[in-house]
Amino acid sequence: MKHYSAFAVAREALRYHTGWERAWRSPEPKKKYDVIIVGAGGHGLATAYYLGKNYGIQNVAVIEKGWLGGGNTGRNTTIIRSNYLQDPSAALYEKARGLYEDLSQDLNYNVMFSPRGVIMLAQTQHEIRGYQRTAHANALQGVKTEWIGPERVKQLVPIINLDGPRYPVLGGLWQERGGTARHDAVAWGYARACSAMGMDIIQQCEVTGVRSDNGRVVGVDTTKGAIDCEKLGIVVAGHSGQLAEMAGFRLPLEAVALQALVSEPIKPCMDVVVMANTVHGYMSQSDKGEMVIGGGTDAYNNFTQRGSFHHIEETVRALVETFPMISRLKMLRQWGGIVDMTGDRSPILSKTPLQGCFINAGWGTGGFKAIPGSGWGMAQLMATGHSPLTEAFTLDRFKEGRFIDESVAAGVAH
Amino acid sequence: MSTRLANQGRLIDRSKQVTFTFNGTSMQGYEGDTLASALLANDQMMMGRSFKYHRPRGVVASGAEEPNALVGLGQGNRFEPNQRATTTELFNGLTSISQNHWPNLEFDIGAVNTYLSRFLPAGFYYKTFIHPKPFWKHVYEPFIRQSAGLGKAPDKDSRDSDTYEHFYHFTDVLVIGGGVAGLQAAKAAAQSGAKVMLLEQTAHWGGRAPVDGGTIDGAPVDKFVEQLVSELETMDNVILRNRCMGAGVYDHGYALGYERLTDHKPGTQGPRHRLWRIRAKQIVTATGAIERPLSFAGNDVPGVMLASAMRDYVVNWGVTPGERVIVATNNDDAYRTAIALKKAGVDVLRVVDARDTAGPLADEARELGIRVDPGKAIAKVKGGKRVKKVAICNQEGIGGAREEVECDAVAMSGGWSPVVHMWSHCGGKLIWDDANAHFRPDPSRPPLGVDGEGFVLAAGSSNGPLALGDVLTDADAAGKAAAKAAGFSAKRIKAPVGETTAEAPMAAVWLMPANAEIGLRMKSWLDFQNDVKVSDVQLAAREGYESVEHTKRYTTLGMATDQGKLSNINGLAILADALDSEIPKVGTTTFRPPYTPISLASIGGEARGEVFQPIRQTPMHNWHDQNGADWEPVGHWRRTYAYVRPGESVHEAVNREVKNTRENLGLLDASTLGKLIVKGPDAGKFLDMMYTNMMSTLKVGKCRYGLMCSENGFLIDDGVVARIDEDTWLCHTTTGGAERIHGHMEEWLQTEWWDWKVYVANVTEQYAQIAVVGPNARKVLEKLGGMDLSKEALPFMEWRDGKIGEFDCRAYRISFSGELSYEIAVPASQGQAFWDALMQAGKEFGVMPYGTECLHILRAEKGFIMIGDETDGTVIPQDLGLHWALSKKKEDYLGKRAHSRTHMADPERWKLVGLETVDGSVIPDGAYAVGEGVNANGQRNMIGRVTSTYYSANLDRGIAMGLIKFGPDRMGEIVEFPGTDGKIYKAKIVDPIFFDKDGEKQNV
Amino acid sequence: MLILNCPYCGVDAEETELAAGGEAHLKRFGPGSSDDDFHDYLFMRENPKGVHLERWRHANGCGKWFHAARCTNTLEVFGTYSAQVSEPPQEIKDAITAKRPGWTWREFE
Repeated sequence: MKHYSAFAVAREALRYHTGWERAWRSPEPKKKYDVIIVGAGGHGLATAYYLGKNYGIQNVAVIEKGWLGGGNTGRNTTIIRSNYLQDPSAALYEKARGLYEDLSQDLNYNVMFSPRGVIMLAQTQHEIRGYQRTAHANALQGVKTEWIGPERVKQLVPIINLDGPRYPVLGGLWQERGGTARHDAVAWGYARACSAMGMDIIQQCEVTGVRSDNGRVVGVDTTKGAIDCEKLGIVVAGHSGQLAEMAGFRLPLEAVALQALVSEPIKPCMDVVVMANTVHGYMSQSDKGEMVIGGGTDAYNNFTQRGSFHHIEETVRALVETFPMISRLKMLRQWGGIVDMTGDRSPILSKTPLQGCFINAGWGTGGFKAIPGSGWGMAQLMATGHSPLTEAFTLDRFKEGRFIDESVAAGVAH
Repeated sequence: MSTRLANQGRLIDRSKQVTFTFNGTSMQGYEGDTLASALLANDQMMMGRSFKYHRPRGVVASGAEEPNALVGLGQGNRFEPNQRATTTELFNGLTSISQNHWPNLEFDIGAVNTYLSRFLPAGFYYKTFIHPKPFWKHVYEPFIRQSAGLGKAPDKDSRDSDTYEHFYHFTDVLVIGGGVAGLQAAKAAAQSGAKVMLLEQTAHWGGRAPVDGGTIDGAPVDKFVEQLVSELETMDNVILRNRCMGAGVYDHGYALGYERLTDHKPGTQGPRHRLWRIRAKQIVTATGAIERPLSFAGNDVPGVMLASAMRDYVVNWGVTPGERVIVATNNDDAYRTAIALKKAGVDVLRVVDARDTAGPLADEARELGIRVDPGKAIAKVKGGKRVKKVAICNQEGIGGAREEVECDAVAMSGGWSPVVHMWSHCGGKLIWDDANAHFRPDPSRPPLGVDGEGFVLAAGSSNGPLALGDVLTDADAAGKAAAKAAGFSAKRIKAPVGETTAEAPMAAVWLMPANAEIGLRMKSWLDFQNDVKVSDVQLAAREGYESVEHTKRYTTLGMATDQGKLSNINGLAILADALDSEIPKVGTTTFRPPYTPISLASIGGEARGEVFQPIRQTPMHNWHDQNGADWEPVGHWRRTYAYVRPGESVHEAVNREVKNTRENLGLLDASTLGKLIVKGPDAGKFLDMMYTNMMSTLKVGKCRYGLMCSENGFLIDDGVVARIDEDTWLCHTTTGGAERIHGHMEEWLQTEWWDWKVYVANVTEQYAQIAVVGPNARKVLEKLGGMDLSKEALPFMEWRDGKIGEFDCRAYRISFSGELSYEIAVPASQGQAFWDALMQAGKEFGVMPYGTECLHILRAEKGFIMIGDETDGTVIPQDLGLHWALSKKKEDYLGKRAHSRTHMADPERWKLVGLETVDGSVIPDGAYAVGEGVNANGQRNMIGRVTSTYYSANLDRGIAMGLIKFGPDRMGEIVEFPGTDGKIYKAKIVDPIFFDKDGEKQNV
Repeated sequence: MLILNCPYCGVDAEETELAAGGEAHLKRFGPGSSDDDFHDYLFMRENPKGVHLERWRHANGCGKWFHAARCTNTLEVFGTYSAQVSEPPQEIKDAITAKRPGWTWREFE
């Protein structure tokens, strides 16, 4: 793998950039791998990467129906935070946030992690109590967050309107080391690093069946032929149900559409990420200058990657109320992604009834921020059979009534 | 130089001069001008700077597809960045500024990037800025952000001075696009009797056909358009809207129209924008086609323009962008520009045609004395801030052997691409048309509607045909087909016949010259705004960013404010070539709404400020407001947090209310509490399923406190239930719960136990309910006179109907404070009068109103739980010691099965206790209790948390309730709550009832 | 932006009038049921990419719950019907079959 650096760019510039090699190879599948990961999104690639990096398991294929990073990894609003309430979530998301801090150096690919800070606004007494609770929990979980008053909010977000006639801003939960990253670059960076370790990323290859023998996974059938494996990781977000069915088990998931939009780019006017859960919207400004905006999900099952416009209306209305100066900005583009929701809105990182087969799904609206932590934990689980990071996120928790419910703290998509 | 011509200009009124400013300079234009045409008339060729390299940018198009000529429009509360000069109608007093430069448009420091461009190829930032790590946050990113963005941000405190609105509209057929195709499609559909709505994004009907010439039914196009529009205007079933863009097509025939009502006359009465939310049975997209640029070196220099745009400026606005023009083309249509320019008196130096042969339009050009160079290409345009000369070479080859020609403008045409956005928004698929080298709608794969059939039809050039005659026939057929699909029978009327000069086939030319060497490719722009060049797409392909989505994201091709209207197909072709693949195999990126950007305010509509969301007010709302209410939003309700007197803090007010209610008399507006009537022969059986406790056995006249769980076992609501008569119960819910619980009940009744005979009605707003609380509660009511409210006549947890004073009422003897307490419900219309009467009569008893915070403290002093405080969606009744409310007699109720799951029966669940700080301080809200050590993830082990914590003025100390592991078994133990303030709060585990443990105060 | 015809009041209801209620024809498991049955009843959903039988409420209209047969992949609606049935009526099944021959959904086909 050719090392990326300003020097390398300058050197290649003299050759008109004709010397750059492929960021990742595009191989044909081998007959057999130690591990096959289905799904070359951020979570799948990160799982493969840490299998190789942490456990030396490098005979790995990542199989992707479409193009790598083409699903929700490239469709989200790129927010990274770990100010979660429940212990297992805080551990997982904080692990991820910590890994994001060094990810550019680790992957030698600039993923532009930008810890510019995240504020979750409190606009009711109930929210104040909720966020103060989160702040207390975070302090004990090793997550650095802070309850801040309205003056500090205004200082951090000069464009905010504290005194909206309906929902004045009463304060907020501030995570200084939260922020954003360049979503595509996360997938590309992991893909390049995996490829450099000798792993095969096989795009345009659809899994059509999961083969097992005596309750144990032995391989997959694909549109590029049968491929054997010792272990199988299913990391396909919205299509988890279909893959699980091939593997002979079911998942407590439903797929719904989540939408986002961006404005036209303007000069920087808001550094931090602001989430307003009472009025239901959140906004950040990208390094390109676009206001990146997200809101709620549709309530009905949907695989179209198109949502309903009234959600866009609600979100935009909320944000114009919160940031009146955006009123005359224009919506450049809206889009949707399909998110897979579990019964408690927390993900599943788990063994499955099929031996050797693991599932990573159910990230709902919040998967991007977890990518490195999820990959780290899944790799540990797949390599060693146990990971404290994933321990609580098992498939059987629903049967036991052992939910990980974050809606307690934040009732909005993120 | 660019200048106003003496003649021409079909859209301008030369008798009406308009004054405007650009970057502070005052300029003149005419009514009918766009800002772009007026700037060109003033020789303002350069209008902005590009995003990445800060290259000089001039206008390249004449319509919505413009990527370059973006300005900041207006001032102060009416400032709008990134407005396209090409779609901005000129008005007197318009102020505009150019964008993305410092210190000014002419001399821009950022332009240094253009000299570094070789070092800043596509995606360079992914490969650099990696080390040292802290530099990204503190050095690199701030630097990048400094140069980010295009338009200036509006002032942080600006408040839009305009209003916006939403309209709803239902129509049989929606036609998007008011060119000749749209007009004809609308007419053909409307003749069937179908309701038709026709949207046109500009102020003018007819699209570009009047500019392009030809005849329709023997008459000039202008005449045809005029006649057709007046015909449509007289039809009752047709609505015409210009300045109204079809912004997006969504599922089941939903479409958005974006009407710009006063952008061309700001400050006039009425809303600025109107968003039409349209439901159409069928949608016809007659959105035309957009000309493609040609990719040659220097095609981004100001003065290089689309051939059609140049023609528009001449014909529509009487402006020529240059005096000596070279036309570069791969098709016949661009000759129309050469001819139009020549006829307007502009020197057309030559037409550089990549093809070897051209059609009759070329002959016409030659006859006018224009030199035509077949098989030639532009090797390079030279010039910085405007075109100076052009180097011409053979199209085949790498661009050697050049001939240089001095000129000041270049018209380019790479062929036409149908505007397929509206077709594609909702899933319509495209096919590649080799003859015209473009994607067009695939009629066999349209967007599917509610019935699974296609609901969008493309018409005219947006469907592929480019010649006027074909466009009209196609549009006529589409209009008729749409009417038919909407359930009408189309009239058999012949389509109008359009005639134009026939054209020779175009040739697909994606790069000029065909094998341009790298030095040229690095100067051949694809995306003018984002500075993506041919070499960038080739680099992406080389590095393995093979999918069109990868390339787009890696290079930012098509991600600018024009969303790739000019660049997408050209970029795709370069990518396909680099991958040695074919364009249709590479595919397109997804088209997403809106077609062009629409204002956020229009999306929000009327709902802003006070009317942002509906507000719910109790009958006594105004009284509270006039008496110091510190408001608290609870759902859509406003409740009084405390009644703050002059000179008093909110905290002091709360303490005063707390003490007074315990000592004298307090009034609480409890009208927001949900009130559901549940009635019918099976109502008792039904409530036994809804509540964990037994409601069917409740005696008429009595009340019972009830708990509700979800099927998943968690507490969702609580409240007092009263049995009104044999088959009627009244269920109180929490303030936020009325609608939710009503819905919950309806759901079970309608979808599970639909044969049970029960009705539920939400009567919350029918009553004003006032809690009369405190030792003097009975006294004040007795003073008003009426029904017997004595201990014997109305014991605790009973209710009676009767009269108090003049008021018909229902009095409940219930208490959420531990005091002697009545909740009196009167008809809502009587609420204020009853409140007044109580306040008046209560004077001698020390009456004071109290708010929600006092309510909370009073109940916490008594250890009563509050839904939303002690519960959070993860708490079950067992956690709160409410076993007594879980009926053992009932076989089934919602939540019962769930409670038997292992984790719910786990003895380690945190349980409710009282907490008394050792030093009397108040534990902070949300604090957690810690145990020993850390868990496997390194987190401090927690053993509980505070759920409610207050300063009790009555006890003059902090009191709290909390959930603690093994709590009820640990009475008297001290637990530690680390605060985020750095202090450790030590609290003793105690019984949660802090005040009047035996309930003596309420039983008097 | 869906439109569903409310079978009770006959209105072609806009999505904003409606509240989605998830999968239809769930069989309730109460006290005494097995852990597996109870779990599946609460959490296990078909979630098909295709024909979906689901519940809706005409919440901002007549207030009635009803059922819809809809494709989650195209959003095509095959029909709406009473909430007070434990399986789709034959004409709904026929309507689905006409568009999606060979469809199955849980025990229905």
